[in-house]
Amino acid sequence: MSAASEPIAPAGPPLPTRPGLRAPIAASAAPSRRRGWREPSLLPGFAPAMAFTLLYLSLLVLLPLAALAARPWEHGWQGLWTTLASPRVLAALRLSFGLSFVAAGLNVVMGLVVAWALARYDFPGKRLADAAVDLPFALPTAVAGIALAAIYAPNGWVGALLAPAGIKVAYTPLGVLIALIAVGLPFIVRGVQPVLKDFDAEVEEAALTLGAGPLRRTWQLVLPALTPSLITGFSLAFARAVGEYGSVIFIAGNMPMRSEIAPLLIVIELEQFNYAGAASIGLVMLLLSFAVLITINLVQLAAARRGRR
Amino acid sequence: MRTSAPVRPSGPAWLLIAAALVWIALVIGLPLAAVFGEAFRKGAGAYVAALADPDALSAIKLTLEVAAIAVPLNALFGLAAAWAVAKFEFRGKTLLVSIIDIPFSMSPVISGLVWVLLFGANGWFGATLDGLGIRVIFNFTGILLATVLVTLPFVARELIPLMQEQGTDEESAAITLGAGGLRTFLQVTLPNVAWALLYGVLLCNARAMGEFGAVSVVSGHIRGLTNTMPLHVEVLYNDYDFVGAFAVATLLAGLALVTLAAKSALEWRFAGELAHGRR
Amino acid sequence: MSLIVDGVAKRFARFPALNGVSLSAEPGEFLALLGPSGSGKTTLLRVLAGLETPDSGKVLFEGEDFLALSARERRIGMVFQHYALFRHMTVARNIAFGLRARPARQRPPHRQIEETVERLLALVQLEGLGGRYPAQLSGGQQQRVALARALAIEPRMLLLDEPFGALDAKVRKELRQWLRRVHDETGVTTLFVTHDQEEAIDLADRVAILRNGLIEQIGTPEALEAAPASAFVFDFLGDSNRLPCRLQGDLAIFDGFAAPAVRGRDAGAGATTAWFRPHETSLGLGGAGLAVTISDILTRGSMIRVECRGSGGVLFEADYPRDALPTGLAPAVEARLAPRRVFVFAGEAPEATAAQASSC
Repeated sequence: MSAASEPIAPAGPPLPTRPGLRAPIAASAAPSRRRGWREPSLLPGFAPAMAFTLLYLSLLVLLPLAALAARPWEHGWQGLWTTLASPRVLAALRLSFGLSFVAAGLNVVMGLVVAWALARYDFPGKRLADAAVDLPFALPTAVAGIALAAIYAPNGWVGALLAPAGIKVAYTPLGVLIALIAVGLPFIVRGVQPVLKDFDAEVEEAALTLGAGPLRRTWQLVLPALTPSLITGFSLAFARAVGEYGSVIFIAGNMPMRSEIAPLLIVIELEQFNYAGAASIGLVMLLLSFAVLITINLVQLAAARRGRR
Repeated sequence: MRTSAPVRPSGPAWLLIAAALVWIALVIGLPLAAVFGEAFRKGAGAYVAALADPDALSAIKLTLEVAAIAVPLNALFGLAAAWAVAKFEFRGKTLLVSIIDIPFSMSPVISGLVWVLLFGANGWFGATLDGLGIRVIFNFTGILLATVLVTLPFVARELIPLMQEQGTDEESAAITLGAGGLRTFLQVTLPNVAWALLYGVLLCNARAMGEFGAVSVVSGHIRGLTNTMPLHVEVLYNDYDFVGAFAVATLLAGLALVTLAAKSALEWRFAGELAHGRR
Repeated sequence: MSLIVDGVAKRFARFPALNGVSLSAEPGEFLALLGPSGSGKTTLLRVLAGLETPDSGKVLFEGEDFLALSARERRIGMVFQHYALFRHMTVARNIAFGLRARPARQRPPHRQIEETVERLLALVQLEGLGGRYPAQLSGGQQQRVALARALAIEPRMLLLDEPFGALDAKVRKELRQWLRRVHDETGVTTLFVTHDQEEAIDLADRVAILRNGLIEQIGTPEALEAAPASAFVFDFLGDSNRLPCRLQGDLAIFDGFAAPAVRGRDAGAGATTAWFRPHETSLGLGGAGLAVTISDILTRGSMIRVECRGSGGVLFEADYPRDALPTGLAPAVEARLAPRRVFVFAGEAPEATAAQASSC
């Protein structure tokens, strides 16, 4: 064996043991090497997996989005403005965003009730009810749409009962609202349920030993803990409702200025081969949704930071 | 940490439960009942006849074909994306995951619209492809593209958090034991996410078969040619063929129910092996 | 020499993990890498296994350049901190994995793999549990499966990352003895990482103490105990008291008393800090020594620990055998404390303890 195989002196020359002195010496011992955009790993397959992922996303998400972003400018600002400022488009946007907000808000209340019942209590039929909550995720929107129309049409299952009272649901904004509520329910329930289930029993018991009553425990301990998941659920339900098409158009009646939703206007513009107009409405919807989602996320972030302090 | 187990309700709790059940019945149960009720309104004979209609059968066939391509593609994408995102460290990861999520926050109509903007008669590539005799919009390809876009995140969203949580220890162990990359992936990684993969595929498939808005924009509603099942439902409904519309709708509702049952079974049996349960 | 590590350095994106580590191991040696968290011991182990690539330095194993081999080619048995058992495979399949993963020509026949698995199950005392899944085993059992799996490939070297870190104290003690036996039976060169000095001293032939990505000292447990190279080593290996002193020859001079001093490497004369162990600390009711007040007397197994405070609240500890506690010592009693032997180290400025000194 060569000299290299001699036992190597322990730790080399002794260094001063005060950390302040050691750190700079230690740091200079390691050669600085430029690092690429990823950490080295011994697992294989990063390059092909990443290449496929990027290619797939580029072709199926980014390229189409680029088309959506580029198309509205065909006739300049003027063209975009003309499309968006038309009373019919404004009314549709107001209806879609306004009703989505109301529907998501109502869902926060009822979703909390449903989640609470499912998470905190045992009762007959609970498993079935629990599974049923996911149905709006799985049921095709067109199916939900014609079913709601059949229920709330003036001669429908519920519509016939309401008609004598003068309440019209189908073919009015109220009908749109009902469709949007059905679509959003699972987002709230599925967001809140796990938090409610995992809520630390000891915290509640501690409050109990300190003499807090059930309402105070709920109001001051559990609800604040649920707030982030309620906000997330709200924003998801809202985003879904804004874009919802299939379950709305059958019950909405689609009367311009009254019960016409924004996604439907895109379809109408496309049928007239007005690509720029369709793209304009699409882009504005997407940007507005993103803006709402980002705002909600920022609010949540701020709240979380305050909670930590 | 100890969590509170569900308890037997008492007094006012029954009110809360009643409210929850009434709401579920109203928002979810009633529409489901309506689908089946309306489909059989004129008896079983009319129901069967509606389903045996050639246009209905070709819609079923088209739907199955589209799902048979779109779902495996997105499953493959989900595996590749999850492998890259969960098992490696690189810059821009957050951005990549956000891009994967975009289709979830897009209106289905927009997911259809973008393909018309690219491949429609007035689209970026429309004229070029027309010259080559290739049709995308009002054709199978367009329906496929719209479906793939709408269902793109399903498998990836299920796999990424789970694979991130599982880390790379088992893969590292396999490699120190002398296993190669492919063996490691097939024998260690894949079995660890098998149930989550199935879960994601189930949800992806349900959406692929049921997608309406996006497909509606690119299909052109040509009966017997470019009508998927949900589109066929719309066409029949607008023709006032309610029994026909609801009969096809029962098939889609049945698919949704089967998906839900399978999903619940997976969640119940393999809760620990799904990312979903811990989200 | 079986393993030679020479000047290995590794920087992560934000911090240096190894700053030029050199050490060597004899064939069949049982070596502990001991250090606080962040000292680089796990990184060093992962470099040896091929799970990390160092920025610079050499690793030779039996004369072969190890860094030129991939993790797959090194034939290292690695036991991961959280075991990394394949959770969807039975115990038997886990153990057989490395053998089955061999290229067809080198793969032992099916029968032989089964026999190896049975033999290893017996070695790790898990006979009959081959059909179980990892989740059905206790932590200690999972730990032993991980070891059997690593041994199955007849590793050229065995690496264990905090092998007992996730286990409770009793199981840990049992497994320690058992691991030592397995090592003696298989004779494979073994390195293990730990932050528990008792574990390192108990198990290892030699202990390497790491700090800030460097080896502070390496030696047999006895050598480390007898001649610690630095205050860090002394402090890390056990409980310690310290007191400012002046060094004169081999004598540490305190305020009115003195004690023989063991001088660490390059320790010079003059003002410095004296380090001493509780079991080399004497307490008396009178005589020379530092004035302290006894605050607590605790029974710890066969030992009695006396905690006392100097003026200014500095804590000192003294250990006595259970039956040898000087009479008259009790909480709140004033006593005199004196070390029987102290250690002094180079580079220890007395300022470090000046605040305490001024109050003494």
